[in-house]
Amino acid sequence: MTHNETVIPERPAPRLTVGPLAWLRANLFSGPVNSLFTLLGLYLLYLLLTPAIQWALIDADWIGTSRDDCSREGACWVFVNARLGQFVYGLYPGGEIWRINLMFATFAALLAWLAIPRLPFKRWVAPVTLVAFPVFAYVLLYGGHFGLPVVETHRWGGLSLTLILATVGMVAALPIGIVLALGRRSQMPIVRSVCVVFIEFWRGVPLITILFMASVMLPLFLPTGMTIDRLVRALIGITLFQSAYMAEVVRGGLQAIPRGQEEAAAALGMGYWQRMGLIVLPQALKMMIPGIVNTFISLFKDTTLVMIIGLFDLLGIVQAALSDSRWLGFAVEGYVFAALMFWIFCFSMSRYSQYLEKKLHTGHKR
Amino acid sequence: MQYNKKKWVMLTSAAALTLGTAGLASATTLEDMRENGAVQCGVSDGLPGFSAPDDEGNWQGIDVDVCRAVAAAVLGDADAVRYVSLNAVERFTALQSGEVDMLSRNTTWTTTRDTTLGLNFTGTNFYDGQGFLVSRDLGISSAGELDGAAICVQSGTTTELNLADYFRANDMEFQPIVFDTSEQTVGGFEAGRCDVLTSDTSQLAALRIQLSDPGGAVILPEVISKEPLGPVVRQGDDQWFNIVKWSLFAMINAEELGISSDNVDDMLDSENPNVARLLGQDGNYGESMGLEADWAYNIISQVGNYGEIYDRNVGMDSPLEIERGVNRLWTEGGLQYAPPVR
Amino acid sequence: MSVRPQARPSGPKPPFWRDRAKRALLFQAVLIAGVAAFLLYIIGNTQDNLAARGITTGFGFLTNTAGFGIVQSLIDYSSQSTYARTFIVGLLNTLLVSALGVLAATIIGFTVGIARLSPNWLIARLASGYIEIFRNIPLLLQIFFWYFAVLQALPSPRQSHAFGETLFLNVRGLYLPEPQFLSGFGLIPGAFVVAIVASIALVIWNRRRHDATGKRLPAGWLSACLIVGLPLAVLVITGVPVTWEMPELTGFNFRGGITVIPEFLALWLALSIYTASFIAEIVRSGIQAIPHGQTEAAQALSLPQGLVLRLVIIPQALRVIIPPLTSQYLNLIKNSSLATAIGYPDLVSVFAGTTLNQTGQAIEVIAMTMAVYLTISLLVSLFMNWFNARVALVER
Repeated sequence: MTHNETVIPERPAPRLTVGPLAWLRANLFSGPVNSLFTLLGLYLLYLLLTPAIQWALIDADWIGTSRDDCSREGACWVFVNARLGQFVYGLYPGGEIWRINLMFATFAALLAWLAIPRLPFKRWVAPVTLVAFPVFAYVLLYGGHFGLPVVETHRWGGLSLTLILATVGMVAALPIGIVLALGRRSQMPIVRSVCVVFIEFWRGVPLITILFMASVMLPLFLPTGMTIDRLVRALIGITLFQSAYMAEVVRGGLQAIPRGQEEAAAALGMGYWQRMGLIVLPQALKMMIPGIVNTFISLFKDTTLVMIIGLFDLLGIVQAALSDSRWLGFAVEGYVFAALMFWIFCFSMSRYSQYLEKKLHTGHKR
Repeated sequence: MQYNKKKWVMLTSAAALTLGTAGLASATTLEDMRENGAVQCGVSDGLPGFSAPDDEGNWQGIDVDVCRAVAAAVLGDADAVRYVSLNAVERFTALQSGEVDMLSRNTTWTTTRDTTLGLNFTGTNFYDGQGFLVSRDLGISSAGELDGAAICVQSGTTTELNLADYFRANDMEFQPIVFDTSEQTVGGFEAGRCDVLTSDTSQLAALRIQLSDPGGAVILPEVISKEPLGPVVRQGDDQWFNIVKWSLFAMINAEELGISSDNVDDMLDSENPNVARLLGQDGNYGESMGLEADWAYNIISQVGNYGEIYDRNVGMDSPLEIERGVNRLWTEGGLQYAPPVR
Repeated sequence: MSVRPQARPSGPKPPFWRDRAKRALLFQAVLIAGVAAFLLYIIGNTQDNLAARGITTGFGFLTNTAGFGIVQSLIDYSSQSTYARTFIVGLLNTLLVSALGVLAATIIGFTVGIARLSPNWLIARLASGYIEIFRNIPLLLQIFFWYFAVLQALPSPRQSHAFGETLFLNVRGLYLPEPQFLSGFGLIPGAFVVAIVASIALVIWNRRRHDATGKRLPAGWLSACLIVGLPLAVLVITGVPVTWEMPELTGFNFRGGITVIPEFLALWLALSIYTASFIAEIVRSGIQAIPHGQTEAAQALSLPQGLVLRLVIIPQALRVIIPPLTSQYLNLIKNSSLATAIGYPDLVSVFAGTTLNQTGQAIEVIAMTMAVYLTISLLVSLFMNWFNARVALVER
């Protein structure tokens, strides 16, 4: 047997299996049906995008101070520009806006500290965020102490109100949700039924009826003469509603922890709260985080409903600005702006939740 | 006690939330108010001429001036008012629950509201009636031609009821398009969702100037209902009821007696016994209500008489330009008539 | 607490707070007492408040005349009807938009969810673009947007889009001809029922025969023909006992026929599109949860692609899909209450809005509204649980 020792030089792969052409063939034009779908899809994109881009970017007016600066051919972003301060800060007095900024800057710093894995002292930062920060934020925003003038809650509004409602609702709902979820898994029949009834009641009714209840009925439940601020009433409604959903997220997390963990802890002689607080909850919390973030996203979107009971969140203030007689006829611009703001927040949070899901999905990989 | 921790968590968090905002009232409305240093007044969520915030967020309007008059009478300072803007659904509960001390929010005086809702109307600061606003293009000149029309109306108002009554009485059909706020109602009308917008005629005037083309819409001549609008208080505190009632009467009496914010200081020396009684120079009528003797003087000097607040907010000196009409004094053929101070 | 204490060693009896059973009893007693005290406190306050302020209570208001009009009602309603009737009108409107919304959301959601997994790159991207856009924008905003877009896009009644002089579309709504049934029409629903019974029988017979002999008829097609054909045949035989009432432009607006109001269209669109974006994700993850081996095995049996989906993938995926799908349906029903923002006369709008305002009886009205939603939620959960039990894997 003779061997041909010469090595055949490497040749490039056939042109139709690599490169953009091959990609096109494999992913877009792999068959007649697929090609048809691709063409239809392209046509649809063309139909949707060209007028949208034309309207929002090419024909749009960006600079100016009044409606006369808009040609009305495309979008009039002048309107959004002129009202931007109101959209973000509501009717908060102009000289005091630094208080909102300071509050959110602090909050963002604390959150970033918690969210970035490499920073130390998380065990101290977390309680500060949950306990000390709300007090600080309240004093800062409402005022009345340390020489800060009082700013009544009916002047709060815009994006900052949306963020306040969502964050406070979330932070307050989490502990209630944990207690409810533990109660629902309790072996004591009465504790369990009380929790089940509570959870199913709040989950079974629309948020809007709860807000109606908070704004119309809650005052009648209180002793004569005692009143609660309207914003706080809305917050109570949102918190109770949210805690029921949170309880279900927590329950899902608890169920994912194998029974053996709790039994092992019990075998070591730990009491109920030790078993829960030291063994089960820390493990469950890891699994719950994506669920919590998702609940937060839906809460963030749901805060728009407070508009119906007369609070001016981001959507509410945009809606109010639309009826200003100096700026009539810019509804689309207003709604698109609000939609974009909400979208940016919700989309980045959902991406963060997906990232966490991947990162935390460690123990169950084999 | 592990298992009732849940309740503690809830109670303490509820308590924490209410901190700083809850106040437990004990005594009369008047005493509370003196302690707080402000009248809590429920106003609308923005109706030009009646109650609406201006560019700087200060409340303006004829309803707002009633709040200011009460604050001037009670606290001696017309600016000592805390405004709470309320929508149509919230307004009565807010008053019933004590969130506000009085409601001055273009609210129509009706039997139901005076009885089953547990409220008291203290008088009428604006006599109104319901009318129709139609697009000029439709070429309509009378409400009798509205058969089959789609009509935009605000939800939960007496307007909604009068509308149904009127069309039934005249054997006509209509499609009610109901919106939550007056802004949305105008929006619906402007977008062409309905042919007709119905509301109190004064509001129609205000809403019309909000349209992008006010000239394109006309108000029909028919007025289909009586809408006496006035301040409201809750039942159970007669002293407070009297104060709000007489604050309004003081402004009407002042106009009748020729006292205005310009000449009130000169009028202190007036020989007219009616003037002297009103301004506290003769007798002490304020004391019988728990107020100072100069209660009416404060109202007139700081807020003005009825004619002044009318002209300034809704009358010829305002963008609304509504004729005095039935809101003239009784001496001039109108309906505004206040009982005498004596 | 799964570890039950065994027989204790003898010795002094432990104090009662160390005894788990007694401690549990005590906690529960305290909890009941706490809840009861809280409820009594609220009820007491409410009664005091209502009495002190002279507010009327009770459900007597339901028999009073409502006195206001409602733009869309599925039953006879006029301003002379009672508040009880407004309640029913609102409830039916809620059910209408929810039912149609569930239907449309399911169709769109399944389509987009399957498209999301398409081998076609562009189609998969378009589907995920749809999902990411619509589920990250608040529903209320989408409702406003659609309402506004619908109103802007449609012409005034006098410039209506007409489709063959029978359908009219303008800013006041979509006008359809309304069928008026003449005598003898009763046969047609009868024929329809007969056809349905017959096709069910056919399917069962076909399945038994298939199990026994391995032969099968195309029962699906046959029953479809039966259900469509039999009523049609009867219709022709009886001489078409239907006339159509056409919408006509008189005065300002069209009259006669059926009107689909734009508020309904906007709400329906927004609810379906929003919920569909969630359903699509559920469908995608449900399908992805099925191991690829299933598809490969089915292909190895040379099943065509359509049958692979229908007989192998979807039945298994449904088990994963149904529980989250249920909660999306419930969300859609609850979200239909946002109708109040654009004036679609649903339960919250006409009852918790207008009726509450006219009567001032907040407690009764809100309690009734909440009870309705709780009942609907409960019924839907029960039904979906039953359905889920049917498709669940029977483990041997």
